[in-house]
Amino acid sequence: MMVAVASGKGGTGKTTVSASLATVWKQPVIAMDLDVEEPNLHLFLKPEILGQEKAYIQVPVADESKCNFCRACVELCQFKAITLLGTTLLVFKDMCHGCGGCLAVCPTQALSSDRRELGEILWGRSEAIGFLMGRSRVGEAMSPPLMREVKKRLSVLMQDTAADVIVDAPPGVSCPAVNAVMDADVIVLVTEPTPFGLYDLQLAHEAFTSLGKPMGVVINRAGLGENKIYDFCRSSGLPIWCEIPYDRQIAAAYADGRIVTTRNPELNAIFIGLAAEIRQSRFSDGKVCHA
Amino acid sequence: MREILIISGKGGTGKTSVTAAFAHLATGLVICDLDVDAPDLHLLLQPRHQQIHDFYAGYDAQIEPQKCDGCNTCALMCRFDAVEPGVPSPRINPLKCEGCKVCVEFCPVDAIRFTPKHCGTWYISHTRMGPMAHAQLFPAQENSGRLVALLRQQAKNLAQEHGVQLILSDGPPGIGCPVISSLSGVHLAVVVTEPTPSGLHDMARVTDLCDYFQVPVAVIVNKCDLNPEIAEQIETQCLQKGYMVVARLPHDPAFVHAMVRGQAITEFSSGDTVRQIKIAWESILALAKLPNSSYNIRVSDGETPESQIANECHKP
Repeated sequence: MMVAVASGKGGTGKTTVSASLATVWKQPVIAMDLDVEEPNLHLFLKPEILGQEKAYIQVPVADESKCNFCRACVELCQFKAITLLGTTLLVFKDMCHGCGGCLAVCPTQALSSDRRELGEILWGRSEAIGFLMGRSRVGEAMSPPLMREVKKRLSVLMQDTAADVIVDAPPGVSCPAVNAVMDADVIVLVTEPTPFGLYDLQLAHEAFTSLGKPMGVVINRAGLGENKIYDFCRSSGLPIWCEIPYDRQIAAAYADGRIVTTRNPELNAIFIGLAAEIRQSRFSDGKVCHA
Repeated sequence: MREILIISGKGGTGKTSVTAAFAHLATGLVICDLDVDAPDLHLLLQPRHQQIHDFYAGYDAQIEPQKCDGCNTCALMCRFDAVEPGVPSPRINPLKCEGCKVCVEFCPVDAIRFTPKHCGTWYISHTRMGPMAHAQLFPAQENSGRLVALLRQQAKNLAQEHGVQLILSDGPPGIGCPVISSLSGVHLAVVVTEPTPSGLHDMARVTDLCDYFQVPVAVIVNKCDLNPEIAEQIETQCLQKGYMVVARLPHDPAFVHAMVRGQAITEFSSGDTVRQIKIAWESILALAKLPNSSYNIRVSDGETPESQIANECHKP
């Protein structure tokens, strides 16, 4: 079973929820950080790193001596990653999406395969919790290619031991966020009862509904702001799976890099309840997706 | 013309609240929301749309079943595993399709349509703080650097039209494509962070990105009383890298109270946080080399909503 923890708005508590959920999860579990631009889960789980590797994407490199200036590659590339200036064939590696079209279309093999570093992948353990993360190279514009590589590593790790997976997704509702949640069986939306939290929850609801997966809401900092978010959840049929009270002590625990469940029995109970709701949702929400 | 960008790396540190406060303090500026994925600035500025435009970017590939002969070339050549088996013909999963055109190019029977993708909407609007360029990407679209670049160009046009020298932009979270597109060529990046392990970690990455693009950095430490030790580490890091810390703002519920009312904190409160924000704004103008005289900050006109509430609370 794969559970994605997502949110439209950043800073609502995705990482807190992911880490806490992992600590109360009864079955073997891997916590996977797919917020590759700004991964934070390791700061709380503090895993022992057992393996790491660099991840790459295949990009073209030009050999002008073989080029017959037919422009086939330039015309095919949708990402403006190749240009021909007179008789100079230029490849902009950073713009390349790695589709391989230019390599396939070139009639004279003037383009061959090179690679661009996307970032790194690290994995390990934090007590009973398996851990996996991607971290993009600073300056790398695209996160979905690295996310795909992290997921490949997950399949390798899963070969050794079957486990449930908790995914810490990137913020937003565009391509990277959808990439993080699309393989999940259940989506947990973390929000806060403020106008920004509500607006971005509406975006997330709209974005993820079409995926046809069970979804539920965690309201963080409950008691802060206003109550409109409850009306929205009710009217759109989004179940509220749990509420985390607005409490400076929780914020301070987070600021200390502590997992909030460890020293707070009340919160621990809240997250055990959340884990039960998540398991339940797979059977009560009509559609059951298999990993 | 000067462009000032508010970013953070980590989401939820207070970019948008800070942007709205600065937009309120400044006179003679154009405002731009470059978080086209989950924009929130409009919730505080209530823009009245004057222009509404469709945004098209990239293409969608779709297989036409009546033409497809099932040769499977598309599935074999797609590097994104977007072609999924189906009956009567395979189907392209739009969530996985990158719009690279490889399947279209190599389909032997021309069975794949390639149509421009309507990805979102962008607006030119009027707000009480000045003209505004902003957008909303449709859900699940590629978070487009192109839309960010388009908004920045529109903001420049607006600034010229209105004869103003300053563009203030609310940036997206993260350090990827939309941030890179927001950052290039900006005169000053104001990084809003918080003293948490995530805030510290993410600030280091986003400021590395600013250094990479040679954009000067100023830092605002929000919720600075949350963890004094990490706040200290942030200060040390800024000192080492030569970034000026222009404000240390307390964890102040007035930000949320103002947000609930659809206001900038500077419209809502006149407390210590607001005083610090005003000082920060003067420092930022100096760092962005904007003449302070032409950007006189607004003078508070007496009672604020917060003081009214406080007065009411204290009535016997």
